[in-house]
Order: sequence, then C-alpha cells, then structure tokens
Amino acid sequence: MRKYTPKDNVQGKAKYTDRFWVAPRVPRESVEEESHFAAVYQAMNEAVEVLDAYVELGQLVIHIRPEENIAALEVLKNTCDYAMCSELSAIDYLAQDGEFEVFYQMLNLKKAKRTRLLTRIQEGQAIESIVPLYAMANFAEREMYDMFGITVNNHPYLKRIIMPEDWVGYPLRKTYPLQGDEHAAWYEVDKIFGKEHRDVIGPENRDPGRIDRYDSQRFSRVGYEVPFGAEHGESETEQPIEYSKQILVNYTTGSEVLDTRK
Amino acid sequence: MQEPNKLKPFFENLNFERDDNTMVINFGPQHPSAHGQLRLVLELDGEKVVKAYPDIGYLHRGVEKMAENMIYNEFLPTTDRLDYIASTSNNYAFALSVERLIGLEVPRRAQVIRTMLLELNRIMSHLFFLATHALDVGAMSVFLYAFREREFAMDLVEDYCGARLTHSAVRIGGVPLDLPAGWLEQLSTYIDKLPEQIKLYEDLLTENRIWKMRLEDVGVVTPEDALSWGCTGVLLRGSGIQYDVRKEEPYELYGELDFDIPVSDRNDSYGRYRLYMEEMKESVKILRQLIPMHRKTEPQIMAHNPKYISAPKEEIMTQNYALMQHFVLVTQGMRPPKGTVYAPTESPKGELGFFIRSEGEPYAYRLKIRAPSFFHTGILQHILPGTYLADVVAIIGNTNIVFGEVDR
Repeated sequence: MRKYTPKDNVQGKAKYTDRFWVAPRVPRESVEEESHFAAVYQAMNEAVEVLDAYVELGQLVIHIRPEENIAALEVLKNTCDYAMCSELSAIDYLAQDGEFEVFYQMLNLKKAKRTRLLTRIQEGQAIESIVPLYAMANFAEREMYDMFGITVNNHPYLKRIIMPEDWVGYPLRKTYPLQGDEHAAWYEVDKIFGKEHRDVIGPENRDPGRIDRYDSQRFSRVGYEVPFGAEHGESETEQPIEYSKQILVNYTTGSEVLDTRK
Repeated sequence: MQEPNKLKPFFENLNFERDDNTMVINFGPQHPSAHGQLRLVLELDGEKVVKAYPDIGYLHRGVEKMAENMIYNEFLPTTDRLDYIASTSNNYAFALSVERLIGLEVPRRAQVIRTMLLELNRIMSHLFFLATHALDVGAMSVFLYAFREREFAMDLVEDYCGARLTHSAVRIGGVPLDLPAGWLEQLSTYIDKLPEQIKLYEDLLTENRIWKMRLEDVGVVTPEDALSWGCTGVLLRGSGIQYDVRKEEPYELYGELDFDIPVSDRNDSYGRYRLYMEEMKESVKILRQLIPMHRKTEPQIMAHNPKYISAPKEEIMTQNYALMQHFVLVTQGMRPPKGTVYAPTESPKGELGFFIRSEGEPYAYRLKIRAPSFFHTGILQHILPGTYLADVVAIIGNTNIVFGEVDR
C-alpha cells in the first residue's frame, strides 16, 4: 500500500527529521510580584477567567476564553492603560486541535510594556469584534477573516481585504498550498470566460524556462524570417543568414572540435 | 447603471452614477500619487469627500505564507520587498525577532554597523517621503533636490552591501561584512553635507505660503484617533504622543546614544512634515556618534553560536566541524526553540514588528508582519471624509504609506 499523506497541513516540512530531537522551549517565567505585569494579571483575574498567564521574552501572555475577549480588552484599556492594540491575527492549529489561536498584541505607551492576549476558537466559531474599543481592528479583523475565514461578529464591514471578493479558500490556512489551489490557478479564466473555457485554454505552464521552438510571437527563429504569429510550417524559407545546425562541442564524445566554419 | 457581462463583471455593487448629488470615483489603483497600488473609492459631494473606502491587495504576494514554507535564513531577503524604500529596517526587524527567539547576543561591531545602516535607511526613507510628498503637492524642485541627496545615501549602502534598494544587509546573528575601507570617511562627508541640504529644503518649504496652505490643518489626526487606529511613528508623534520604540524599548545601541524624539501637537500634515525634517537631523546626530564607536570594537561581526549560526568563512574552509555545522544549517536550517516572539522596532514608517510562532521546526509556524503602513492606510477611511478632493493627495502622501508593506 502506498503511504497515506495527510492533507491537513500542506506547508513546507523539514527535509530531515531526527526522531530523538526534542525541541527546547523559550523559557516561560511566572509573573513577578509587585511588577506592572502583576497588577495587570490581578485586574484581569478579577474581571475574566484567566486560563494561563506567564511572561515570555519580556511580554506578559494571558490566555482567556474567546467569549470574554471584549471584557478582557476593556480591562486592559480602561484599568491597565493599554491604549493601543498593535496587532491582532490568528494562528492555524486546525490540524492539531481543530482550533484557531487568536492573539491580541497590546501596548501600554506610558510604561512601555506589552501584553499578549491569546484565545482559542473552534473552526466555524465566531469571535466578537473589538472595533468599538480599538478602531485598528477594522482592517486587522478583515484581514483575519480574509486569510483564515474566521467570522467576526458585529464588525462594521466584514469583507475580504487583500484577496479579491470572489476568491475561493483562505490562503493562510495550513490546508492551502503555497502555490495555490485549483481555484487559484483558474481564477482569471473562470471569471472572464467561464469554467467551460478551462479545456479550451488548457493548463497554464508555469515553468519559466520553458521555450516553445515554434512560438513565433515571443521568439525569433534563427535562420528564418517568420511573420509575427505565424503557424509552424508556414513561410519557413531559408534565409541567407549563416548559422550552423551542427553541434559545436559534442560533450558525449569529448571531441575538441569547435566551430568547423572557421 | 453598469451592465455586467463576463468581461466587465459588476463592480462590487458600487453604483457609480447616482441619483442624488454625490458621485463615486475610483482613485487609483494606477494613480501616480496613490504611492503604489492603492484603490481609493471616494464618494464625493461636489469637491468634498463624503465617504472613503481604501481598497488594498493589488501588491499581495503572500509573504506571510512564504515565510511558513522557508527556513529562516531563506526568508530574510524576502523581507526586503516589504518596505522597499528602507529595506534594511525590514531585514533588521526580522533578524531581531529571530535573535530574541533564540536568545542571541550580537557582537558589538555588528551592532554599530546595523545601527548605522538603520539610520542611513531612515534618512533615505525620509528623503524619499519629502521628495514624493512635495511632488504630490506641487513642489517639483524639492523632488529633484531630495532625490539627489538620497542617491548619495544609496551609493553608501551600495558600497557596503552591493545593492541599492533590496539590501539584505543584515543577517540573523550579525552582519555579513565589515565596512569597506574609507566608508566611514565617506559617511562623515555625507552627514556633514546633509544638514546644509535639509536647511535648503526647509528654506524652500517651511515658510512657503503655498506649502503651508496645502498642509496646515489638512489630515488632522487627533491623539485619540491615532491610538485607536494603531498609528505609530511620525503619525503618532505628530499627534502629540511621544512614543518612539528606539527610546522606550531600546534595541541595538539606541540605549547608549544621545538623541531626541521630536514631537508635534499640531495633529496636522504640516506638523508631521516638520517632524520628518527634525528626525533626519536626529539621524545625522546618531550617525555622528556612531562613527567613532566603530573603531573601538572588536572585529567580530557574526555571533558565535554553532547551534544556530554558521561559523566564519575561514573556519568553514579549514575546520571540519565548522563545515559540518554550516552544511546542516544551510541544507536544513536552524531550529529555534518553541515559543512566540514579537519584537517591535521603529522603522522609518512606524512600528514594524515580526510576530513569530515557532514550533521548533526549521520553518516558522506562523509569521505575522505588523506593518505600520497597513494601519496608516486603515485610518484613511476615517480622516478623509470631510476633506476636499485636492487634499486627498496631500494626505495620502503625508501618511507615507508603502504598498509592499501594506499588502505584503
């Protein structure tokens, strides 16, 4: 039987794996007493259910439940002075757990501290929009929807932002191949001419090194004067331009003879 | 009404010819002052913008997707193509986040060179901003003068790394080369000349009646809006909030250097233009302090960490173990520990940060680029309504957005 290859993660894989290799983990420190992060943790713990909290590379990381994202961000914004949300997006863990991890990267400008909120949602589960708190989410949540297909509730204008409106599939999911899927390959043909024209046009050859010897539109033919767009065989009369059909250096026999015309 | 057919599909339900007095126009995506591929759908009432809808994605290349399919060192040259006006700042932001992830200490000479390149890039980017912004507003000659100075800066970068736009002048763990002979003298000549030139631009523009009329009270971003819409860099400081990642969360040598963060509470385009000019002067100040620092450092330019970083070339060519390490690192790539990092840097456009989730594999599990221009494009839908069509060009130019970074 052939080897079964799972299709839930088609991204690039390590070409060599050592089965005894155990990847280390970036150290996670517990939240220090009396620090700024301790106060944030305290305030968050009172308002929402904190699933996990630690300090990773100098930034506080708090895991919360997805239903409480607005409540948690309200605490961060109003109580803890996190006036800016730097970034928000998702990470695809569908293959492992059937879940997306959504992160909110927050910044406190007065104390120059950063906190990250993490929450996990199931595939198909929606998350509440944070646009009323941070207007930057208008674009960021649209991008998240565009790239992962995560529905955001109560977003003022939830529409694809980077990909075209009628694109099929969500490009940053792990199931989406780097080269694009079938819909991506035929996008323009389907849109302009219709699906039935796929057979007429034929598959696109994406090999940049491919040369069609009889293509009279992009290449000239040495020794022939061929009209632009002429079919193969038409008007292939020999021109008095000197060229040689002979192989100049025959590498198979190792002959040293170069151009015999000289 | 539009009549959709297969060649002209119905255009996103936009009704261009309307019954009321408003008119919908497409600004871009091929507009010369859209600074790249920005399509801005504007609803106009006479000359006044009623509604603005920025449509992006015309330069989308899937950089984040590519990052998930490449080893870390392979991805570094790709970052050049984000903010292509100041490539080194992207290279650096990516290298910094990987270095934080693997906990790497960069040798001091590499730090000096990196800081120099970052500031040189800032000058290049700000000169480019000034040139194109002035051109948009109608000051053609400033464009020529600013591009002349920018050429010298690009020559300096070319002398260092061989490329003028896509530098890739930073590596994870250091820099690939030491400065060529005579480079520092050329740099000091350049930074001696530059303040005179900046003064010339300021003489041309700062008190210029037309320039002031075009910029003053145009594109007002209140501090609340700036924070809420995620504005960083000059757009944030132009709204009276003094936040610069170089000062507040220092990286490289910025903690040791003496420089000021100019801030303006005018909230308008004119204030931001003044900030760009002041920032160039601060960059000159930083470069002047960096030149003597280079001589005092040890010649090592790449970090020594055989687990993640290849040894220097001489060692690879002479020592077996270094060769083996190099082979493994090139063919398989480094495997950073599992974890997440978000490393903010102050790029010329604003806060540029790479969010990396590593699962201990040679490929990043998820890489999110926090591009300042993306959010500066987002705020256009908020600040454009209420302005005149002629000011739209000035405001887009003033936000200094670069579409390599917006669309990624």
